[in-house]
Amino acid sequence: MKARIAGTALIAALVVFAGYAALYIAPDERTMHEIQRVFYFHLPAWITSFTAFTVVFLANVAYLLTRRPQWDSLGVAAAEVGVACCTIGLITGPLWARPVWGVWWTWDARLTTTFILWLLYVSYLLLRDLLEDPERRATLSAVFGIFAYLDVPLVYVSNRLWRTQHPQPVVLGGQGSGLDPTMGKVLGLCVVAIFGVMIPILMDRYRLERLRHELDELRLEVEARTSDSNSAVTPGSRKDTP
Amino acid sequence: MTTARAAAILLTKELRLEFRTRELLNTTVIFALVVVVLFSFAFNPTPEESRRYGPGLLWIAFLFAGSLMLHPSFGREQANNTLDALRMAPVSTFAILLGKMLANFIFLSLAEVVLVPVFAVLYNVSLAGVVGRLILVLILGTLGIVITGTVFSAVSAHARMRELLLPLLLLPILAPLLIAAVEATASLLADQPDLDRTWTTFLAGFDIVFLTASWLLCDFLLEE
Repeated sequence: MKARIAGTALIAALVVFAGYAALYIAPDERTMHEIQRVFYFHLPAWITSFTAFTVVFLANVAYLLTRRPQWDSLGVAAAEVGVACCTIGLITGPLWARPVWGVWWTWDARLTTTFILWLLYVSYLLLRDLLEDPERRATLSAVFGIFAYLDVPLVYVSNRLWRTQHPQPVVLGGQGSGLDPTMGKVLGLCVVAIFGVMIPILMDRYRLERLRHELDELRLEVEARTSDSNSAVTPGSRKDTP
Repeated sequence: MTTARAAAILLTKELRLEFRTRELLNTTVIFALVVVVLFSFAFNPTPEESRRYGPGLLWIAFLFAGSLMLHPSFGREQANNTLDALRMAPVSTFAILLGKMLANFIFLSLAEVVLVPVFAVLYNVSLAGVVGRLILVLILGTLGIVITGTVFSAVSAHARMRELLLPLLLLPILAPLLIAAVEATASLLADQPDLDRTWTTFLAGFDIVFLTASWLLCDFLLEE
């Protein structure tokens, strides 16, 4: 418990410092000025969400190979974290685009890909809600998760070929790209901070899912026993206790 | 029994089942026609605009029709638990999936054969001279819809709200296919019709990626 409180305090301090650094330490951007500071939240959120979706894919593959329910729990935990970060990216993006590009939204390659990505993983979570049998839920949602992940490069390439408005990659881009060193450091700090928030959330969500799984199994066992003893009176009773 | 032979037998079974009632085909064709007609009310396009928006309209209609028609593919098997019988048959699971994919491909293609000429007449789009290339684009696009759609039909068959769930799962995945199919079709309806090779290759790539994934994952998809 103490370690948990200390960890939370540490992460909170990190987040506050990252926020301060993004707003006050990072140098002013030459053409976009203050609004460019949304970048320190926008890009880290995107990096985290993409990492989380990759974790979902790996967990799905691992589940199908090993059939251990732990992987399924990791999949759903990572998908929820990914969707949350993706939502942050989708909200901060238009806030930045409106003053800079003059529009809230444009159908450019990266925006469209992110939006489709968000839709795909929301469908993944929805699918899980609508499948009742735990083992079937794990298997079928893993199949869907793999299909969804395979679709991501296709969405990106198709939109890239089609139309794009985002700047050429500034971070880790080709020639002529690059950040001011201070900006780079602040960005790194913000990436660490958002991972610092998201990884504990993911771990807690994972633990919750494991407990839920255990509870489900116990409930099934109890039902099996009661229906055995009551089978003469009410065959196959019970449904959906919340 | 080889996979191909088993798939062929299952295909005949699907076709016989459908052509006894033609429920699926009739409803799908009518539904797609309604979409095509409503489009005209919503946008009131000039002939120039028809050519510009036509390919998009056509593929949206196919995508919606596909997402409706693919649900019964596995949904039908549930009424009498006939999927268990299929599973017990001494054939590979991929053969079951392949048989259904081929059947769905034939159904959706038949719907398209009715729809494309009607579309050409209603929107005054000339297809003369590009029929062969258009058929190629239609085949590649339809394959992509039925490959992913059949797999997702098996995924959603066990869920609650399954009829609503299938379009939700399917349509976002098909976004790149829609772009490629529309662009390829538009290149054929332009003043100088010329099949766009990039998009045609992209469509073929889409089909190959998801067919391979279905082949790899079909055992998980159909297990009890």
